[in-house]
Amino acid sequence: MSQSDTAEIVARCHVLYEDLNFTAARKWKDAEPGRKVIGYMPVYVPREIIHAVGMLPLGILGGGDQLEVIHGDAYYQSYICRIPRSTIELGVSGRLDFVDGMLFPSICDVIRNLSGMWKMMFPGVYSKYFDVPQTYEDDVGGTFYENELTELLHDLEELAGRKVSEDDLRRSIEVYNRNRQVVRQLYALRAQKPWQVPAAEVYLVLRAGLVLPVEEHTDLVEQYLAAAESEDRPLRDNCRVILTGMFCEQPPLNLIKSLELSGCYVVDDDLMLVTRWLTDDVPTAGDPLHNLSQAFLHHSESTAAKYEPNPEEKGQYLVRAVRRTGAEGVIFASPSFCDPALLDRPMLQNVLKEAGIPFIAFKYAENSGQMQPIREQAGTFADSIKLWSAA
Amino acid sequence: MKITTSPAQSKEVLKDASMLKQKEMMAKHYDRLTNAEPNDNKVASTFVPGNLNELIMCFDLVNNLPEVNAIQSGLRRKSGAYVMEAEKAGHSEDVCTYVKSDIGMMAKGNIGPNGKKLPNPDVLLLSYTGCFTFMKWFELLREQYNCETIFLQTPYMADGKITPNMIQYMVKQLKEDVIPKLERVSGVKFDIDRLREYLKKSAEAEDDLVYILQSAKNKPSPIDAYFGGIYYIGPIFGAFRGTDDAIEYYRFLREEVDERLAAGLGPVTPDGPMGKEKYRLVVEGPPNYTNFRQFWKMFYEEGAVVVASSYTKVGGTYDFGFRHDPDRPIETLAEYCLGVYTNRSLPMRVEMLSNYVNDYQADGLLVNSIKSCNSFSAGQLLIMREVEKRTGKPAAFIETDLVDPRYFSAANVKNRLESYFQMVEQKRSGVKKEVAA
Ligand code: SF4
Ligand code: SF4
Repeated sequence: MSQSDTAEIVARCHVLYEDLNFTAARKWKDAEPGRKVIGYMPVYVPREIIHAVGMLPLGILGGGDQLEVIHGDAYYQSYICRIPRSTIELGVSGRLDFVDGMLFPSICDVIRNLSGMWKMMFPGVYSKYFDVPQTYEDDVGGTFYENELTELLHDLEELAGRKVSEDDLRRSIEVYNRNRQVVRQLYALRAQKPWQVPAAEVYLVLRAGLVLPVEEHTDLVEQYLAAAESEDRPLRDNCRVILTGMFCEQPPLNLIKSLELSGCYVVDDDLMLVTRWLTDDVPTAGDPLHNLSQAFLHHSESTAAKYEPNPEEKGQYLVRAVRRTGAEGVIFASPSFCDPALLDRPMLQNVLKEAGIPFIAFKYAENSGQMQPIREQAGTFADSIKLWSAA
Repeated sequence: MKITTSPAQSKEVLKDASMLKQKEMMAKHYDRLTNAEPNDNKVASTFVPGNLNELIMCFDLVNNLPEVNAIQSGLRRKSGAYVMEAEKAGHSEDVCTYVKSDIGMMAKGNIGPNGKKLPNPDVLLLSYTGCFTFMKWFELLREQYNCETIFLQTPYMADGKITPNMIQYMVKQLKEDVIPKLERVSGVKFDIDRLREYLKKSAEAEDDLVYILQSAKNKPSPIDAYFGGIYYIGPIFGAFRGTDDAIEYYRFLREEVDERLAAGLGPVTPDGPMGKEKYRLVVEGPPNYTNFRQFWKMFYEEGAVVVASSYTKVGGTYDFGFRHDPDRPIETLAEYCLGVYTNRSLPMRVEMLSNYVNDYQADGLLVNSIKSCNSFSAGQLLIMREVEKRTGKPAAFIETDLVDPRYFSAANVKNRLESYFQMVEQKRSGVKKEVAA
């Protein structure tokens, strides 16, 4: 494939990214009568279940830096992060009027309370706070979670007016396994050759998966992989960093671009974790809800929104990611006022200090405009890493 | 204890009975804590919402509550320096100041309100109810203390109901994880009858607490259910639920309230008995502790009394009928945790506050929005508008912080309160005009 293929794919993703009217999802819904769309917020929901019921899972990640928030600010004090207010804005301004249900996963107090606000503001729309276990024993947290999954399935069946068989669920698990495989390949390729796979492109390609049907997105990632690999891009003298703390409110695209421009190759990140939350294929034989639950308990990503039961394990995932990807440093970038990310950060930093891994930290908002300070900070960090490794 | 005195003395002395009792209880408790090591007592740190004091006592553990320590630091004006200390050590300016006050206090030697060093906990009982910060807070403490950490997850009451799955999950955690680990740490075998005994005592004190809080339905209200209420909830939300001390404290308090009711008196403030009751308010949100008296004064000087508050439900919501039930000892612990205010969905909170405005014949709702508390604050603006809509009574909004003095602007709060009282007046005269017309 030629370079124009990469550019073409990325351009398509960019259009999807900028489209706050969700035209693609609207088209999908209109294509057949009776189709339904279920919106969900970060950080993880079992999209397989939504898919099995024949609905489109639609990732809602706030308004970015394009959306003018007019109504949303009236719902939130200045010291609360931005994603809930821009999400409210999307709702109040009618941009989500085609969405038949909303899922608010258990991630923090803000999203938790937003679930109740949604119920009051949009009483005609199905909305659910999706609780997940923070204890990981099979017969304790596992049983609780399986029951929660069953409840979600029943709710969605009712909404869809159809029953789902275990085979339907298995098929959907299979489809998502396939998607996770190509996303893993994408991350592996970037860790290996970050100059071939710029972070901003990975971001856009991944982000497209939040609005497209999963099958279509898997094809898209495959096409991008093939195009990116065959492309000839110059290798710069950048240092390799892991970007962490951005699992919820998204940084502006410019921020990701700025990091690369200031001399950092991003080799791993925690953006849009829903696409990589389950770290292995989910088995398709046996009880599908049990399998999803097992995967959640035993094969899922670590993030600040989760409790780490084993003190020795705290933050080790980050050290492992550094080793796995050959990163030379970690950049903590978190939304302002984000409790989970900012409370977790000192603990993670202690682990990195212990492991001798350099790091820097800053905050952003989804609509941050000023990239100069971030560019300077990242540039200085990249320089110091180079000096440090040369010494 | 019924104190018999001459009528002239009676008010003063009776007021003192509960206050003295509480003082003595707190002093004894902090002494027990700070002497835990020499006395070979083991210590459990835990949170106020969802605290399992009855269970903790079954294992002879002394209950240490970091939130209460932070409140004490706030009241003693030490929290500001502690928060700064934590920020210097790398904690974000954006996060909950309770956590930073606690961490800063540790860094400065962990000195308790009695001037002695607080003990290191032997176990962190993370009863994770209604606030995600708790989870990170105890991970942070675990990093410092390196001790056993027990995790009890309380599912969120998002749909306004407690489902069997929620209860089963909590009961299983309690039976299979929490209790065995507490046995291991303490070396004490679990005795369910001992738990039942404590639960019975809890329920007795809870009855009196509800009576006291609901006495504010009277006009004038004999209590202030926010500023005064904070003292009233101290024993039962802290380390005393399930004890004879708590029973006695609430009995004294109830007698005092009855006396005031009979005499048609309003609440007692730090400056003595309150003047004429002019405004009756419902308050949502925690108070500010660094300028607590100054804050309260802005209310009682204007004749404003708080007749109901959500904050006095964070350590347990009892006014809708829940009592700890000795006949279902484990399930009742689960139901208790599930029902605390911060574990209730936003629609439940709106309903509760609207009902308070109506049932307590309040003039309106005042929201004290706490900068560092997402659990309370995210959604309060909608709560405010909804309650206003449902009750037809005006609502207003002030902003402070729990224990960070940098976010308490007296002039600002005072201004907003004054305009709010004007709003109430206008509403009243509007209503009068309507009635007259
Ligand atoms: S950005 Fe952080 S605080 Fe805000 S909703 Fe997301 S996880 Fe919660
Ligand atoms: S409820 Fe609010 S004040 Fe209490 S720990 Fe949570 S965030 Fe902090």
